[in-house]
Amino acid sequence: MANIAVNRPGSTVLLMGNEAVARGALEAGVGVAAAYPGSPTSEVIPALAEVAEEMNMYVEWSSNEKVATEVAAGASFAGIRSFGVMKQNGANVAADFIVNLNMTGIGSAGMVIFISDDPGGGTSNNEQDSRTISKWIDNPLMEPSSAQEAKEMIKWAFEVSEAVNLLTFVRGVGRISYTRSNVVLGELPGKAKPKPFFPEIWDMNNPRKSKFTSGPFSVFHKPLHEKIEKAREIFESSSFNQYMGPEKPDLLIITCGACTSYCIEGVDELKMSERVGILKLGTTWPLPEKLVARHLSSTRKVLFVEEMDPFVEGSVMELAAGLLPATANLTFFGARSGHLTPYNELSTDIVINALEDILGITYQPRDSAYEDLAEEGAKLVPDRPINMCPGCPHRASFWAIKNAIQLDGRNGFLCGDIGCYSMGFAAPGFFQSRTMHAMGSGTGVASGLGKLGRFGFDQPVLSICGDSTFYHAVMPALVNGVYNDSNFTLLIVDNSATAMTGFQPHPGTGQLATGEPATIVDMEAVCRAMGASVEICDPFDLKETIGVLLRKMQEGGGPKVVIMRHMCQLVKAKRKIPPSYKMHVDGSKCLADNCGCNRLCTRLFACPGLMLDSETGKAAIDDALCVGCGLCSEICPAHAIVKEEANR
Amino acid sequence: MRPSKLKKEPYSIIISGVGGQGNVLLSGFIGAALVNEGFVVSVADTFGVSQRGGSVSSHIKISERTLYSSVTLKGKADVLIGMEPVEALRTLVEFGNHNTITIVNPRPVYPTGGVAYPDLDEVKRTIEKMSSQTKYVSATEEALKMGNPIYSNVILLGAIVGADILPLSKESFMPLLEERFPGKMLDTNLRAFNKGMELIAGA
Repeated sequence: MANIAVNRPGSTVLLMGNEAVARGALEAGVGVAAAYPGSPTSEVIPALAEVAEEMNMYVEWSSNEKVATEVAAGASFAGIRSFGVMKQNGANVAADFIVNLNMTGIGSAGMVIFISDDPGGGTSNNEQDSRTISKWIDNPLMEPSSAQEAKEMIKWAFEVSEAVNLLTFVRGVGRISYTRSNVVLGELPGKAKPKPFFPEIWDMNNPRKSKFTSGPFSVFHKPLHEKIEKAREIFESSSFNQYMGPEKPDLLIITCGACTSYCIEGVDELKMSERVGILKLGTTWPLPEKLVARHLSSTRKVLFVEEMDPFVEGSVMELAAGLLPATANLTFFGARSGHLTPYNELSTDIVINALEDILGITYQPRDSAYEDLAEEGAKLVPDRPINMCPGCPHRASFWAIKNAIQLDGRNGFLCGDIGCYSMGFAAPGFFQSRTMHAMGSGTGVASGLGKLGRFGFDQPVLSICGDSTFYHAVMPALVNGVYNDSNFTLLIVDNSATAMTGFQPHPGTGQLATGEPATIVDMEAVCRAMGASVEICDPFDLKETIGVLLRKMQEGGGPKVVIMRHMCQLVKAKRKIPPSYKMHVDGSKCLADNCGCNRLCTRLFACPGLMLDSETGKAAIDDALCVGCGLCSEICPAHAIVKEEANR
Repeated sequence: MRPSKLKKEPYSIIISGVGGQGNVLLSGFIGAALVNEGFVVSVADTFGVSQRGGSVSSHIKISERTLYSSVTLKGKADVLIGMEPVEALRTLVEFGNHNTITIVNPRPVYPTGGVAYPDLDEVKRTIEKMSSQTKYVSATEEALKMGNPIYSNVILLGAIVGADILPLSKESFMPLLEERFPGKMLDTNLRAFNKGMELIAGA
């Protein structure tokens, strides 16, 4: 990870979008930053935490996004610029606070939240467009088109936030957050911060700034609408809104964010820059209506290029409806016309396809001879299913769950949750997870299912969550289960990391975001204090773990907690903990297809460290991948996989 | 040493492999070296859950004048670095063209879950047909000889630099290697880098 506090204004460095966002916060003089890890934004807080001391900042991993936003708001109330970071799902968690924060307004210092959405869902279980939140709560929204612009926008967002006294959103997408590109550094402010002071209640000159209570809304709702109109005025002249193209284009593209470069590149590739104009909006809510209206009057055809919801498309069409009959001759293309989709990530190629159709031109990137080769080549290429890492403790846990449920024989099932173990719904977790929604939902759903006994429901109910997820949103669901005496078993797969998003510390790890030691919030003690019974096992001890799970499924009464504890293999590797075992396959024992196991180890158990030797037809260990966890030796029915103590 | 001009504007490189092989490390080194030499680059890595054993790639688009979108256009890869043979072929199917130069680490990484791996020789022949030049660099085998498969990506980096497909020399990477691999790690990684240069010279 790049050091983002390099004090060389004007120099150019390669930064990931998320690092550029963090640099923007530094250049804005942010004093407090808080977040819960969530890709595509997970790198922002670590970049800030690394330089927190030298830049005189307070940076924390919060227990969830709502708390993170509250932590940041507190700083703003006391006069310190504050910064929150979240993925789209996190915005939902924070929304309950944010909808009220917009009523009270922020403090004297600006407050900005960077949200990154995930078109294509590469790191998410949904494809939500968070921009809509800005519309329903009336706060300003900007969308950067590159890492450089993300940095500049974060800085400017603080100024806007202070000018209108509202929380301001900067919204990226995975492609902006994760693309690394040239960024020209700006000035870093001095390290001194204003002395925080929570305003006195009797500041009669500024009564609204001395109180942050969201009621009575009759007092606050009207000013909110005045504030958002003020933001619209500011946005009308923002240099983040730019037009490129002829004065009277045959086609006007209106775009924003990551799509901007797809449009520029597509028009360039088609050599259509004399016919097509591009209006790139950096400020997308409230819409700078005068600016857009001017451009609408210059053309007859408009194409909206934006990812996911037709958000700008809807706003502009509302505007156009209000401008009738002047806009009666306009034809609109975009998600509504079917030229683009309101789902999936877009790309330059997709924009080119839409332009071909609208402009009546054709584009062929390579000749038909090569297309034929590509078609033949494609037939050779197998799928490569995602998997858990070699030696992943979750594989051991799901193997134990699968076996325990089968041995129990009463159609028990598992309610899944969000983390690496989300893969439990698919082959890597042997298809064990049967529900999966939001952080903590598995246990909430289990708590409901566990109360259906009165109707004759008799299937054992299990839920699963990771250690970080437990602190984020499972605790209230477990409290609910204990209070209402619901019969289910919560499995906490504790791998000592927020592994999915890059090994961030959490309240159970004894470490702060900045690496300093922290008080460990003991999950076992928390569960016991809530009134749940707790057992701890190591999933690599398969026999014992299966026994514990069987017993728990058969016990009655309220929630039971099983902590399945084993360190993530990637954390082990980072800490340079050597492998436990050296593995090999005893060729005389592996009977391959004559065994009757139906190639259990490579086909079903499917650890990436195992492979089928195509010459012998027998199982083999891939030395480049095996981490020596030893588990596969226990699942081979022929005992052909052998583990030996590794020489440490 | 002044960097030579780009062979094309923009110039597109794709590094493809399997999650965990280290494509992001490679693209990061190349991207940073290019920025240091004054080029405008845009690097897109596959992010998210595919990092867990799925197909992954890094797209590097290089320009002497402006910032392009990071993802390569269909059929527009100038150079392909295949960290794994099937992944090299997968990338050529979408992004290759008659002029694509391909460097492949020929050691397969088998898909899990009982998915069969195609005949390796046929995969190689198809890659050769779909590339203007194909060079094989046994990075994983050499890394295992050095004691750890992790060195395979620095071996590949050496091969890329030795192949003279980038406007970069070994000197462009020295400060980056020194920063990334402090102390004793530097020596081993320099050996890996040199091994890659040596392998490509003989390929």
